[in-house]
Amino acid sequence: MLELDQLVMDFSGFRAVNGCSFKVEKGSITGLIGPNGAGKTTLFNLIAGALKPTSGCIRFLDQNVTGLSSDALFHRGLVRTFQIPHEFARLTTLENLMMVPPQQAGENLFANWLSWGKVKTGEALVEKKAWETLEFLELTHVANERAGNLSGGQKKLLELGRTMMTDAKLVLLDEPAAGVNRTLLRKLEEKIQILNRDRGYTFILIEHDMEMIEKLCHPVVCMAEGAVLIQGDFQTVRSDSRVLEAYLGETTGDAA
Amino acid sequence: MELIGLANYALFMGIFIGIYALLALGLNIQWGFAGLFNAGIAGFFAVGAYASAIVTGPAAEGRLGGFDMPFFVGWLMAMVAAALIAWPIGKICLRFRSDYLAIASIGVAEIIRLVVKSEPALTNGARGITSLPRPFGDLPYVQSQMAYLAIVAIVLLGAYSLVERQFNAPWGRMMRAIRDNELAARAMGKNIERRRLEAFIFGSALMGLGGALFAHFNRSITPEAIDPMVATFLVWIMLILGGSGNNRGAILGAAMVWIIWSMSEIATDQLPAEYAVKAKYIRLFLIGLMLQLVLRFRPEGLLPEPQRGKAVADSNRE
Repeated sequence: MLELDQLVMDFSGFRAVNGCSFKVEKGSITGLIGPNGAGKTTLFNLIAGALKPTSGCIRFLDQNVTGLSSDALFHRGLVRTFQIPHEFARLTTLENLMMVPPQQAGENLFANWLSWGKVKTGEALVEKKAWETLEFLELTHVANERAGNLSGGQKKLLELGRTMMTDAKLVLLDEPAAGVNRTLLRKLEEKIQILNRDRGYTFILIEHDMEMIEKLCHPVVCMAEGAVLIQGDFQTVRSDSRVLEAYLGETTGDAA
Repeated sequence: MELIGLANYALFMGIFIGIYALLALGLNIQWGFAGLFNAGIAGFFAVGAYASAIVTGPAAEGRLGGFDMPFFVGWLMAMVAAALIAWPIGKICLRFRSDYLAIASIGVAEIIRLVVKSEPALTNGARGITSLPRPFGDLPYVQSQMAYLAIVAIVLLGAYSLVERQFNAPWGRMMRAIRDNELAARAMGKNIERRRLEAFIFGSALMGLGGALFAHFNRSITPEAIDPMVATFLVWIMLILGGSGNNRGAILGAAMVWIIWSMSEIATDQLPAEYAVKAKYIRLFLIGLMLQLVLRFRPEGLLPEPQRGKAVADSNRE
């Protein structure tokens, strides 16, 4: 589904991603781990089109998508969430979800003046879907709250909710568990599994919570210094001495 | 006699409030909803005023004109012309971040003003275009003023409902989302550049219409009318005082600021003769002071941006 080939990203002299290559299979939940500064989020920004790679190639659904903008990638079925929640602060929670579906009739200025009936019909459908998503995420009680007023955990759920408002094929989740309490975390894991199983979403997940990675992810890709160190199932990656050295060994206490 | 004078003054003020409300509505589309810092309102105002003047004005030797069109064709052309000018400007300037856009748009407005001043074949240069037709202009003075006020009110009401419709529609929601978080809006598949350009053109068209209404009210348009102080900055204060992101706020702000602005003229007229030359600066000072006070004590404006989603959701569920 997704193929990264020798991706390189330079930031004025600093090489954040250094020849990173791996493949993501359709229907998988791929875990992306690695110490802080390994280049995971930068890699996400490259895949999602927020950054253009210095060199290398990204193939998505058998097409070269290197350098496409994030809005173009969205329309091909690639949706991402942000490590730091990027909610639309002055929109309500419901509106945050309702703005997502592509090709809404009412996104056309003239349609709003000339065919309001059609726009209303479309709106009713989008709103229904948004309410369903809110119910799924158990956020209905804050539906009409401005998203900027939500708690950190609720914003994380909202980020996940946005990916559910469109027919995504590949979803990039950047630390969905960070700042989310334990109870909510178990719920989040469940939601991800349901989306993977029932809606056929493929996921790539950046996470520092090793319990979550162990529970959800196969395979696991470990990055260090901008490149792939090793990939395989969780146990293999976990027990590899290079990984222990680069990451697990020194941050086991951190993992919670 | 005194009473009639007051009524006349009120009519005059009402017409100007209506015209400025159109400009403030246009700015609200650009700033309130799309977050675009347009500091060149005067430029689009001028394009609209001159476009209508050229289309409807009398023929003259060596100058474009004499098309003899009715006023409403002129007003339509004013919007089209302002939109057409806004397109390339937006294409180039909207790539800038907000503060750079402000600088670029001031520059563009200044260029338009200089072109207007120095292109006699198009605008009759410094003398401007006069003898423009005014709807119901043949009626006696007071009736004519009343009729024009009614027309301005109808145009304003129409513009208000068209804009309000957009703000409650998915288009408005998308624009607010882009304004709140550009990166996320892009990640959700929205074409930011195109949508910003739409908002810029839409707002500029209303500013052009405001310019045309101004020109036909005065029956003339001269380069002096394109003063950035009154045609750009006064409009900004109107929107900020009224409440950006709120269309009614824009109209309320236009009314309040215009009333204060006109009253300040009456006040400065009472000044002793030795201060009379400074009157203009005292008025500018007052406007600056007003802006500071609003920003300090009520930055969200008199009518803050409403929580639109709630209203939409409630009305749909009923």
